[in-house]
Amino acid sequence: MATESELQYTSEHEWVLVDGNTATVGITAYAAEKLGDVVFVDLPDVGTTLASGSIVGEIESTKSVGELFAPVDGTVLEKNSAVEDTPELVNSDPLGEGWLIKIEFTELPPLLSFDEYTALLGE
Amino acid sequence: MTDRHSPLNAIHVAAGASFTDFAGWQMPVRYSSDLAEHHAVRTAAGIFDLSHMGEIFIVGPEAADALDYALAGKLSATTVGQAKYSLLLDRSGGIIDDVVVYRTGEDRFMVVANASNREVVAAELTDRTAPFECEVFDESDELALIAVQGPRSREILIATDGFAIEGGHPDGRDVGEKLSELKYYRALSGSFRTQPVLIARTGYTGEDGFELYVSPDHAAELWNALTEAGAPLGLVPAGLASRDTLRLEAGMPLYGHELGIETFPVQAGLGRVVATATKGDFVGREAVEAGPAPDARTLVGMVADGKRAARADYEVYASDDSSEVIGVVTSGALSPTLGIPIAMAYVDAAFAAPDTTLSIDIRGKRLSYRVTPLPFYRAKKD
Repeated sequence: MATESELQYTSEHEWVLVDGNTATVGITAYAAEKLGDVVFVDLPDVGTTLASGSIVGEIESTKSVGELFAPVDGTVLEKNSAVEDTPELVNSDPLGEGWLIKIEFTELPPLLSFDEYTALLGE
Repeated sequence: MTDRHSPLNAIHVAAGASFTDFAGWQMPVRYSSDLAEHHAVRTAAGIFDLSHMGEIFIVGPEAADALDYALAGKLSATTVGQAKYSLLLDRSGGIIDDVVVYRTGEDRFMVVANASNREVVAAELTDRTAPFECEVFDESDELALIAVQGPRSREILIATDGFAIEGGHPDGRDVGEKLSELKYYRALSGSFRTQPVLIARTGYTGEDGFELYVSPDHAAELWNALTEAGAPLGLVPAGLASRDTLRLEAGMPLYGHELGIETFPVQAGLGRVVATATKGDFVGREAVEAGPAPDARTLVGMVADGKRAARADYEVYASDDSSEVIGVVTSGALSPTLGIPIAMAYVDAAFAAPDTTLSIDIRGKRLSYRVTPLPFYRAKKD
């Protein structure tokens, strides 16, 4: 598990961990806290082609529905089936066991650093 | 509008609550987990800060008659210590607010209004009761409201030192007996460490519970005493998120969702609340007697399989492959107690019968829902 400062971020409150041409994606602790208890996660299937910025999944809490946006163009390599069975992992460990999908990409768009993301939250 | 804060705000901040804006008030939406808070209320107890609610008093020799005219129910038929759920109707039969009325004396009533409607309720009551010998006081800023809800609520109140019941023993030794005798929708005047407190066996969770009206200056002391005595019995602070799923499971309407100015009581299943047969003229009578339009929709409960929950404003269709919109969801969630999606919706009368299969568009995907009688959840009686 990477530390907050090693991850990159999107303005949609997702974190991205880049390893070679694989991006692991989850939602930030801030987003998980805002949603409240997550009760249902809907993730794209392995092999799905994703376009950066499009809505590819949903994270539902008792109170609201959060959308999962693809942070990069690519193909779904893996989805976290543990989180589909146990959605509360998104709350208990958003940056670790609560990861959502792994995407194989060819080109990485500009993402936010931890400092930039933190600054965004402060606004 | 500047945010209003409850007299218990500092306690909520210290407890690490997340806040939400509710009718201009910053109120706790959850402390840690809304699901855990929900389950605590179903299995033990939760304590809620409801200080944003409005409390409007009608006092005078004709207060009962005045409320018979101003509200939908027959308040003159209540006895001292009784509470009654009622509606403030407009002349067209629509619902301005739903209220709980406590008769706290022969000539004294307290009307508890939703925070968002406090001003309009106070103004309407003032206006409607003007011809009667009574006065209206909006005491909302002078009263905090703390609710203890859940099967262990009575034990928790009894375990809390400092309560005494008016007319009872000053040292409070008879509090346990008096609270055990107190029936649902009844209230007792009492005190907590010299401060007056109204102890009502009412609530909005579908569980046994109490609502305590106390001065804002003493709300923190009461809250702390209850939480200290209650913690060993499983009491946890609970926020508005859990309150919403609790009331939804209990099939209780929420103003702005199931009730509104366009809603006739009968559509919301509240025809019994309107005392057309047993009292004289009241505001909204003609319209209510004429009834809503023949094609008016009716409120139903709906359940589905799976985990995807319909939410407020989602459209309801006659079937999964029909494009005919026959209703709209007013509240919906994955029921924490039942583990299935539940919803309340207004649907065309032809589709309102129990076991009718309907279809809801959940963000582009259709899901079959089945009409079911309300409530979804009923507490076991002990």
